[in-house]
This record gives sequence, structure tokens and C-alpha cells, in this order.
Amino acid sequence: MTVHTTSPQFKANAAQALADVQLQKALGNVKQGFIDKRQKAAEKLPEFEALRDSARDIKNHTLAHLDLYLEAYEDKVKASGGHVHFARTAEEARSIILGICRDAGARTVTKGKSMISEEIGINHHLEAHGVVPVETDLGEYIIQLRNEMPSHIIAPAVHLNATQVEQDFRRVHTHLDAKRDLSEPVQLLTEARTVLRERFLAADVGITGANFLVAETGTSIIVTNEGNGDLTQILPKTHIVLASIEKLVPTLEDVSQILRVLARSATGQEMSVYTTFSTGPRRPGDADGPENYHVVLLDNGRSSMLGTSFEEMLRCIRCGACMNHCPVYHAVGGHAYGWVYPGPMGAVLTPSLIGVDKAGHLPNASTFCGRCESVCPVRIPLPKLMRHWREREFERHLTPATIRSGLRTWGFFAKRPALYRLATRAAMGVLGLAGRTKGRFAWLPLAKGWTKYRDFPAPQGETFQARWRRERSRRSA
Amino acid sequence: MSARDDVFANIRRSLGVKGSETIRRQMVAERLERAPKGVVPARGQVSGEERIALFKLQAEAALATVTEVASAAEVPQSIALFLRNHNLPATLRMGDDPRLEKMPWDETTLEMSHGPSEGRDLNAVSHAFGAVAESGTVVMVSGHENPSTLNFLPDNHIVVVSAKDIAGDYESVWNRVRFAFGKSTMPRTVNWITGPSRSGDIEQTLLLGAHGPRRLHIVVVRD
Repeated sequence: MTVHTTSPQFKANAAQALADVQLQKALGNVKQGFIDKRQKAAEKLPEFEALRDSARDIKNHTLAHLDLYLEAYEDKVKASGGHVHFARTAEEARSIILGICRDAGARTVTKGKSMISEEIGINHHLEAHGVVPVETDLGEYIIQLRNEMPSHIIAPAVHLNATQVEQDFRRVHTHLDAKRDLSEPVQLLTEARTVLRERFLAADVGITGANFLVAETGTSIIVTNEGNGDLTQILPKTHIVLASIEKLVPTLEDVSQILRVLARSATGQEMSVYTTFSTGPRRPGDADGPENYHVVLLDNGRSSMLGTSFEEMLRCIRCGACMNHCPVYHAVGGHAYGWVYPGPMGAVLTPSLIGVDKAGHLPNASTFCGRCESVCPVRIPLPKLMRHWREREFERHLTPATIRSGLRTWGFFAKRPALYRLATRAAMGVLGLAGRTKGRFAWLPLAKGWTKYRDFPAPQGETFQARWRRERSRRSA
Repeated sequence: MSARDDVFANIRRSLGVKGSETIRRQMVAERLERAPKGVVPARGQVSGEERIALFKLQAEAALATVTEVASAAEVPQSIALFLRNHNLPATLRMGDDPRLEKMPWDETTLEMSHGPSEGRDLNAVSHAFGAVAESGTVVMVSGHENPSTLNFLPDNHIVVVSAKDIAGDYESVWNRVRFAFGKSTMPRTVNWITGPSRSGDIEQTLLLGAHGPRRLHIVVVRD
């Protein structure tokens, strides 16, 4: 299978993103909004930290028994009249879904927001075979009109400004009055609501993702604020749930634990507006709901992550908190990462799914500041896992020669503490002296990558280790 | 090997298990049977008036509106007043929930219609299965009594909930669902609804009424 990715060009992508005025303006919204809202929501719930532990433990337990919970889940779905399909690869998932759409005689398919559907590239596949996919989440709808990928896992169009959306709506909704006023965001929302309402009512098949699958009851769960996922799944005759195998949780109680940290971590809401638990197709006597219910369970490399250090990544519940708090994401946005999953979670997951040879830049694009780990609702040690990828990249000789020789030089000194102290003391002394008038350098040899964008602060003449020793002896005295 | 067998084989190989280990099977069976609760926030662990007040507070924080009435007989008048106050047409669609059907709708001038929504109804009323005070959430179950489409298609969704059905936490509602539908058996759809539909997809600005109802109005019946 060919994966469409620009991850290997991360450096060029990032440089382009930094120079993109529209993007930089839009990214300001991420820094302002999400961090503050999450913080407030977390502070309002005294049990928040205990719930994070609970969520982590539930996911760990489920992953350690994933085969058995999958069996239990499959039995329950079948017992409620649904169908379960397993897909080893993206390609298999695509052909299963196309098959179901063909059986349903589908012309149009509405879609709830699903990152897995981006991962398998279902839209292009359906289009290529004469089925029209319609994204219904407002953000996804906007980027579908632009033929773009989501730039954020919960706010797919966060890289855009309202004026760009207005231009897209005018370009595509040509049946509407060209003189209409679209200057307010609410007018854009209303227009999308009206246009998509007709699509919802006309669709033959609805495809949603799943935030969770419950083994106890054979239930799939979607969490949305717009209600688009619900209209996608209750109106058409056929509902397809596309989910990856790690979405399993044992019971309704378990998922209630995790739901208490999901929305708080994502948008700072206590609970998202719509949390929907679906079990099988329409029952006898029901007035509405789908007549056919299919679940497509995707592996696509995940089963091979079990039993490795990357198993921890399979706890991820896709809240987006890690990217909302990431200084690298804030600077370059999601598209620079070059594939489906951006930010710290993407930097860990992408190499697992498409290979470290293609995505090796992503785990390197981190300052290891640790904010992502500190806010992760299921406590994934993202910096540690990024470091593991760096090690693997190094072991496989994928790291560029300049970095390898730099690391070798540093390693030589680091293993000889006396020499290290001597060398750093000399270097800091020289730099401190040279930079003492301005206190910073606009240019330094071998540090062009840094000084091209910002000044390098001049050391104050003393090394960290020297200062540490001095402070410690002062304090113990 | 089928895709299914392959996925299971790969999971077991990675986990270093055969799948037949009695201890693992017992652990899983026991968890599914016992469904341990975990950490339940103290916030919802209140009863009586305090619980109703918490529900109201939380639902309003999620931008729903809440009215209380003394008895089921007062619901139609209360809804008619709500619609009038918001300059909304005096129409209302509902399923065939017996609790709603018993109410004196003919005391109002509301034009009633019945059945699921086909996408063009402005106002609908549903009866909730329960509610959760912790987060101000109403809990709806699917069926001809309260068709799921009424929760999402109308512009204005009105939900009637009995005060006695307001629980402190989600776990208490799951207990009631199990009691009503059987252990490990779910109605086709359970909807937790916390406030009206919204989107923040345009410049992170919160806008109400994305695809679902623009208004969520909750009527708490106190008898």
C-alpha cells in the first residue's frame, strides 16, 4: 500500500509553516483557548488526577487482555444483530467498506468525524468507485472542500481563518445567492447546517468512527458536540462503524471513568454535548435507526505494538491535549507533520504505522519540555517514547552523518567527566567573555540553525555544574 | 488464514499468550460480570433537593435551560409558555411515550404531531429515561416511545425528566438501564445529552446549533 505522506519533508514543511501568515494567525487560537479551558476543568474536579490513573489502568488492563475482550465484544455485536469485520490493513478495510456500500446500493455516504477513516484514506477510495463521501463535522466538511487533511485530531480546520472558510463556501455553494452576507462565523455555520441537512436526509450509508467499544454489551460509542455523528448513524439504512482494535474497554463503568477525563482534556467541557451508545441495528417496533449495523475492526500495525514499549501509545483516547500544549505544534501546526496524526501523539504513533524511515523527523521535532505527558489523560510517557524512536533511528543508521558525529563527540566527553568539565568551563568562559556587552549572539559558528531565527543568549561565564556545586555547598554550609 | 484469525494470532503472539489461559479468562469474565465502578466524584453524591439543584446548575452551565413543574399535568402549559416566550411556532412533535401521552395537551393551543422526525420539525418533546446531576446530562433511550431522530433533527428539543429519575452519577443510571433491559443488554441507542448542539470549528469560537438542536430545554417534573 502507498501511504501519502510528506513526513519525510518535515523540515521543509516546518519552514513553510513558520512563514505562513494566515496559519500563524490561526495557530494563535490554539495557544489561547485550549490550555486555559483544560486547566479550569481539571481544577474544578478534585478527583481529576485519580480519574487519570483510573483511565490509564483500565486501558492497560484491556490491552493486556485484548484478545479476550475482542472475542467478548464480537459475540455481543453478533447477538444484537450486527456484523463484525476484521481488517489487517488499510487496504482490507477499504474494500470491506466499499463492499458494504455496494451491497446497500449507496450513491452518497455521510461521514462522522473519524481519524481512522483518514488513516485508511477511505474518501478517495469511495470516490474512485463512484460513491460520494460527505464529511459532516463542520471542520471536516471545510477541509474536504479544500481537499486538505485535518491539521488537528479534534479541531480539523484549526489552521484556517473565517475569511478562508467564507471563500470556500462561496466557491462551492454556487446555488446560493452570491450577494449573501457571510461575514459572521454564525452565518457560515448556518449555511453549512442547511447544506448538510439535505445530505444527511439523502445518504444511503453513514460511516462513523468510535471513541470506544464496550466488550460487555457490544456497544460502539461516539462523542461529538455538533450532533453530526448521530445524524450520520440514525438516518441512513446502513451504519458502518470504523474503529481500530485498541478502542476496546471492558464495561460501561470503565468507559464512564474515561469519559470523565476525555472532554475535560480535549475542550475543557465537563462532558461533550452528545455521547452516544449504539448497540446493533434498529429493533422491532423502533421508529427510526439503521436497519444494518456493521463494525470494521482495523489492526493496521497495532497488534505488533503490543508487548513493546510502544504498547503505551495504544492507550491514547485522541483528546488532542498533547498537541494543544505542544510548543512545536503551536509553531508549525498539524500539516507540517505530513500525515494523519500530528503533535506529540503523532510523533510517536506515525513511525509505528508508516515506518521510522519515513517519519523519523517527527520524534526529533520535540524540545522534550514534557508538557504533553503532564496533560495526557491516560498518562502516556510521550517524551520517553519519542526518545525510543530516536534510539531506533540511530541504531538503524537513519540519523544523518553530521548528527551522528556530533553525538559521538558529545559521547566522548560525556563519558570523561573531568574532561567534560574542563571543556565546558573553557567554552562557557570564552562565550561569556565574547557576549558580555550585548548578552546575546545574533550569529554563532555551528549554531546557524538556532541563530537564523533568534538570538542565542550569552552564557554568564559559569557552567551549570559549577554553579550547582557552588549552590549546594552554600546551602549545606 | 482469515483476517480475523490473523489479527487474533498476532495479538496473542505480541502479548505472549495462547488465549486459553484459565487465569486470564477468569479475570476477564469476572470484570465483565462485576463491572467495578472505579473513582466516582463526590460532587454527585448528594440527594433530594440538593441533587436537583446540582442537576439544574450543571445543565445550565452546559447552556441548556431548565424549568421545574409540580406535576406532569403542568408540563403542556409550561412547554407552550416556553415556545411563546421564544417566539417559536406552537407546534410540537413527539413519539408515543405513555407518560407524555397522558398529559393534557388539549389544554394548550399546541398543534401536536406524532412519530419520528423527518428533518423539518421545529420543535419536539421527548421523555428522558433519566438524568445525571454530576454533569447536567439527560439520558435518552431509543424506541417508538421516544424516537432518536427527535433528539437531533428539530431546532428546539424539549426533554421532560422526572425528578426521581435524576441520579447523582452515570454509574447509577447504568444500574437502572441493566434493571430495565437486562444485564449486558442495551437498548439500541442510549444518548447522553449535555446542552444544545455546538461547534468551535471556526476560529475556536463557540457557536450553538451546529447540526443538532439550537436549544435544549429541560422540564423537571417534581411529583
